[in-house]
Amino acid sequence: MNDSMDNDWKKCNSINTIRLAKWTAAWVITLAITTFGPIFLWPENDIITVATIGGNFLVGIGMIWANKQHLASLDELQQKIQLNAMGLSLGVGLIVGISYSTLATTGIINAHAEISHLVIVMSLTYMVGIILGNRKYR
Amino acid sequence: MNNRLKVLRAEHNLTQAQLADLLNVSRQTVNAIEKGKFDPSLPLAFKAARLFKLTIEDIFQDEEAVS
Repeated sequence: MNDSMDNDWKKCNSINTIRLAKWTAAWVITLAITTFGPIFLWPENDIITVATIGGNFLVGIGMIWANKQHLASLDELQQKIQLNAMGLSLGVGLIVGISYSTLATTGIINAHAEISHLVIVMSLTYMVGIILGNRKYR
Repeated sequence: MNNRLKVLRAEHNLTQAQLADLLNVSRQTVNAIEKGKFDPSLPLAFKAARLFKLTIEDIFQDEEAVS
């Protein structure tokens, strides 16, 4: 953390949190447009679809940058809580994702393994990790 | 790691929130350090030492070395 951030740590943290929320909202909105646009707004127009996917991808890069800024502005305990939650989320996501995919490819379950299911598992695990971390250091 | 942060804070009539502001960390972090649940980094330990005009060893003690 540099000196200018040291001078107003809370304000810096608040700005980075709001910026991350804005980028996340923008990414979700562009993802919704990319997903539902080809169905309801511009059926069978591949150029617009590719353009919106490209836009969503670029906004996603912005969201990653905003998340990096947000993490950098946290204090060391908050960073530790985030790191533990992300590690838990990555591990559970990998293990559950591979097991789920194997169950689907071997025909043991009929459901088709969707990437969205993995995202849900990782998101929920991340949230649990954050709650457990905050409880641990309360 | 043991520390005297709570005692020093009380001696200087500071709340956890005030100390957190002075150290540029969250109140949760000050609380966790005081309770011994979290060991601060060296830069944060130096910052606390500078704030109370003490050495790091005056505030933080190695648990194993003490026992």
